[in-house]
Amino acid sequence: MDLIWDGIREAARLWWSGDGEIIEITLRTLAISSAATALALGVGIPLGAILALRRFWGRGLIVAAVNTGMGMPPVVIGLLVALILWRTGPLGGLNLIYTPTAMVVAQLLLSLPLVVGFSLASIQSVNPRLIGQMWAMGANRLQVLWLLVRETRLGLLAAVMAGFGAAISEVGASMQVGGNLAGETRVLTTATVLETGRGNFEVAIALSLVLVVLAFLVNLVLTAVQQRRPVT
Amino acid sequence: MRVTSSRTRLLGWLTVLTFTALAAFSAGCGGDPGYNEHELILATTTSLNDSGLLDEIVPIFEEEAGVSVKIIAVGTGAALRMGVEGNADVLLTHAPAAETELLEAGDVISRTLVAYNDFVIVGPSDDPASVQGMDDAANALANIFAFCVGGPCEFASRGDDSGTHKKELALWADVDIDPADIGDDWYLEVGQGMSATLTVANQRGAYTLTDRGTYLALSEDIPDLVPHVSGDPRLLNFYSVMEVNGDKGRINAKAAEAFKVFLLREDVQELIGDYLRERYGRPLFIPAAGETEASVSARGGVTN
Repeated sequence: MDLIWDGIREAARLWWSGDGEIIEITLRTLAISSAATALALGVGIPLGAILALRRFWGRGLIVAAVNTGMGMPPVVIGLLVALILWRTGPLGGLNLIYTPTAMVVAQLLLSLPLVVGFSLASIQSVNPRLIGQMWAMGANRLQVLWLLVRETRLGLLAAVMAGFGAAISEVGASMQVGGNLAGETRVLTTATVLETGRGNFEVAIALSLVLVVLAFLVNLVLTAVQQRRPVT
Repeated sequence: MRVTSSRTRLLGWLTVLTFTALAAFSAGCGGDPGYNEHELILATTTSLNDSGLLDEIVPIFEEEAGVSVKIIAVGTGAALRMGVEGNADVLLTHAPAAETELLEAGDVISRTLVAYNDFVIVGPSDDPASVQGMDDAANALANIFAFCVGGPCEFASRGDDSGTHKKELALWADVDIDPADIGDDWYLEVGQGMSATLTVANQRGAYTLTDRGTYLALSEDIPDLVPHVSGDPRLLNFYSVMEVNGDKGRINAKAAEAFKVFLLREDVQELIGDYLRERYGRPLFIPAAGETEASVSARGGVTN
């Protein structure tokens, strides 16, 4: 019990003292996971929309693959990205291994299936007659997509939360492709693993608390947007 | 037809987006196909990284050499493999036998002793297997085996192909015991780092083999474990630096050599020897530039 209280006290102390390193790690964590989530949304929502609205050969296979990807273990993604980005890998010449960019790629691959899956489910639940009406009124494809996004705001924000949650909470892939380098690729989860390994359990608890509070704040904002009454 | 064309257009749009994203990713690196001469990838063991020693000395090298060092802390098995695959420039590990194989195979062009410390067999303070004070580490393991099989006590193994794990297996081999083969009621393969294994051993009242540095760093949090066996020359723990063979391509051989020279330099050796010496009342790492495993072992093991 003492250890837990020590951890909570250490968390408070680190924050109030404005510890440079913990703030830097927190900001980096936010930047990497937000970039990954934003890219996942940019690619995932249109992809989800296509899968929801169109019928074509192989669609079932893709949907099954997306559903599998929603439960993909981060270490598997991490290993895949590492094998590709290692110096001796196919994209080794890009010198991307152990950089924040590599972490964005890995987290993007992790959150993409979640975003696609959630958007697919919510867009598919829209009454097809409404979509038919949009077309009938002469909307173009982008306008239809935009109207669908507005119509399915609840589900799509759930997609944002799930995607961001997966990105910010994973540790296996970030460790493998980022390398947990101090000042470069160290994020809250990998720093927690390191401090646990060093036996600095108080600092590890403090980092975990920061991560949980951060995830809560982000979701609080998203939930507020999600539950807001429509302006129409 | 309409369906097909709209899908094609959307897919085309997606492709553009994906490539834009990829271009943004690679913008920062300038597309240089070779290695970055201002960057050195050091593959090392978690136990060394957890000790904090590298955080103390690596920044000095970075400043002097104008090279940024990427410290990748993995198990010794993985670190050596990174060298074999050409995914690291320089290796700092503690598994003499496996390292010598790399040297003989030409995967590394040099292997030089940097420092040493020792392993300790720790276990519950009531010492059910009565190994306290034994000076033969392998016989102590044989005692633990003889007493613990059947379940009255346990041995926690790293089980992760790390240097410590290799050392433990070598000691079992010395007394012709294959622990993984003989039931699992007494032998726990943790499969994680040293501190995780010590934490498991502490919680379960198990014996384990640990490097002294991690044990000392963690000792306040693992009050149920006490050191039982040390001083056997076979418990010496040798850390060596290896330069990966530049023929593997994209290897920063120049920086790797500079790092080796740096580690062996007198003032750096002194820093290594002084690291945390005050806090623990004993050196965590004993500098060994210019020595060999044989010359250190001839002086006998580290005593308490």
